[in-house]
Amino acid sequence: MSKAILVDTTRCIGCGACVSACQEANGLPENDDTQLTAQTLNVVETHGEVFVRRFCMHCLDPTCASVCPVGAFRKTASGPVVYDADRCMGCRYCMMACPFSIPRYEWNAVLPKVSKCTMCAPRQAKGQQPACTEACPVEASVFGERDELIAEARRRIRENPSGYMGHIYGEDEAGGTSVLYLSAVPFESLGLPVDVPHDPLPMYTYRVLSKIPSLVSLGSVLLGGIWWITNRRNEVARAEGTGGEESGGDDQ
Amino acid sequence: MTWTRLPKLTFWRAVLVVILAAGFYSTLLRFTKGLGAATALSDRFPWGLWIGFDVLCGVGLAAGGFTLAAVVYIFHLERFHPILRPTILTAFLGYALVAVALLFDLGRPYRIWHPLIMWNPRSVMFEVAWCVMLYLTVLALEFSPVVFERFGWRKPLKIVRSMTIVLVIAGVLLSTLHQSSLGSLYLIVPSKLHPLWYSPLLPVFFFVSAIAVGLAMVIFESNLSARAYGREIEMPLLADLGKAMAVVLAFYGLMRLEDVISRGAGRYLLKPTSETVLFGLEVLLGIAVPLAMLFVRRVRENREGLFAAAVLVITGFLLNRLNVSITGMEGFSGTLYFPKWTEVAVTLSLVGVAFALFALAVRYLDLFGPQPSDAVARREEAISRVTG
Repeated sequence: MSKAILVDTTRCIGCGACVSACQEANGLPENDDTQLTAQTLNVVETHGEVFVRRFCMHCLDPTCASVCPVGAFRKTASGPVVYDADRCMGCRYCMMACPFSIPRYEWNAVLPKVSKCTMCAPRQAKGQQPACTEACPVEASVFGERDELIAEARRRIRENPSGYMGHIYGEDEAGGTSVLYLSAVPFESLGLPVDVPHDPLPMYTYRVLSKIPSLVSLGSVLLGGIWWITNRRNEVARAEGTGGEESGGDDQ
Repeated sequence: MTWTRLPKLTFWRAVLVVILAAGFYSTLLRFTKGLGAATALSDRFPWGLWIGFDVLCGVGLAAGGFTLAAVVYIFHLERFHPILRPTILTAFLGYALVAVALLFDLGRPYRIWHPLIMWNPRSVMFEVAWCVMLYLTVLALEFSPVVFERFGWRKPLKIVRSMTIVLVIAGVLLSTLHQSSLGSLYLIVPSKLHPLWYSPLLPVFFFVSAIAVGLAMVIFESNLSARAYGREIEMPLLADLGKAMAVVLAFYGLMRLEDVISRGAGRYLLKPTSETVLFGLEVLLGIAVPLAMLFVRRVRENREGLFAAAVLVITGFLLNRLNVSITGMEGFSGTLYFPKWTEVAVTLSLVGVAFALFALAVRYLDLFGPQPSDAVARREEAISRVTG
């Protein structure tokens, strides 16, 4: 079983309590950033009348963890996707690849790190819930088991079908995420990317990577074979005294 | 050799000094103030010129190395031997440029060795890292006989020569993996890369276009070195390479066409966007026009005609890599990325250093081997080397 966060944008009043709690829990300076930055792991965006929290989606099969060449990202069994700065060499492929464009970089640091929400993994390890869900005064963000939160989201949609879009954003996006959104307006208008494929993105590259071993073994046999044949032809040609430099291979 | 012609190059030396000075300043800025100060990169646009040009284009332009090595050693078309050494050197310099560019681009370059011990085989970048390391080693070994000859080190020379065919096969395999893996890097961004370029076939496209541009680079370099060093040009050889290039290019063009149609991306071509224009330029300049030129025997066998076709193929290739890595990603990112002058200065400096090293190698090493009149003797020697 893994933990998740359900964000019901119809309940959010835009008070910013989750932002302050996040800054405090992560030891980040107070600021007025309106977008995610290396110093801001959680923001409340305003889209028309609606307030939307944005932070890491904590994918079930995270793209960042699959693309990182040194395995700096890891999906923990309990839900959070965590980052190990000591492994990171700063290639920023995670930033390129994340379908939700979440990871941020310390562009002005000489020794920069990637930064993103950790779902308060350290707090969770101590049996506490994330700072943001604890701070929310109206339960717009709630923390719990993913299965139970999906059931709860379905219940809200069922009981008020005209008040919600009939879709839980994050249930299937990118193969499913540990952060789920409910909305009364199309998710596109909340700035959430809606073109994200519904199958896990790591499959897109794994399909190719998994062919490497057979490509290498077949390739070496093939190349070695061609070398042997053309070489043999030259040898035979020379033995027959015809000097067959060009006799081997296909000359276009 | 005709060193009397060198003064012609002094203008370029002056240009090089200016570029290197700018590059030196940019390097200081990069390593004392961070990537933010030296580049136009941002959270919305984390990869720019250094990845798009230095890495993607640098690796592609080095593709002549494995293509020609395969032609000479695996297919035993020995008559191409005279142009092999400069091609291998270009490939080595290209890859060295890529490695140095990575040191600039990585946030923490002193950890560039991490993939050696911290493995993630699910990552394309992990594959790329290993390919760069291994192929750079292979290229260094492939080129090392030239250096050993120069210093008369017979024992290492003998050892490396005995490994030639193994090295060449390893080089071809590593190049195949590496060229295609640079395309695979972008398989993970189906919702971010513009549909005119995003395709499940990206790794295949990157590989096939690398072969075409590898051949174009051999033609391009042979012309330049012939001009700069007053050497006789191996026109019949190059015309044959031009023919091979036409075949690869036709194959590549048909695949791209079929791909755009079958994915239903053709409708984007009807929209008047900058992406449409860039895609059109890429296909016209890089595929259609050079293909038409190469199909005409008179153009193909003419030095200027063949050179022009090669330049077009290289241009189209550069456009393609920049489209995939930069312009094709801008639409989704919602920002316009344009490199800062300091980024450009670093890139130009690296290219300039590569040119300077090539010139030094021409001067101090036996890069071109005996002139064409000695080709027969050369051929005999080459055959006996491979077979015995």
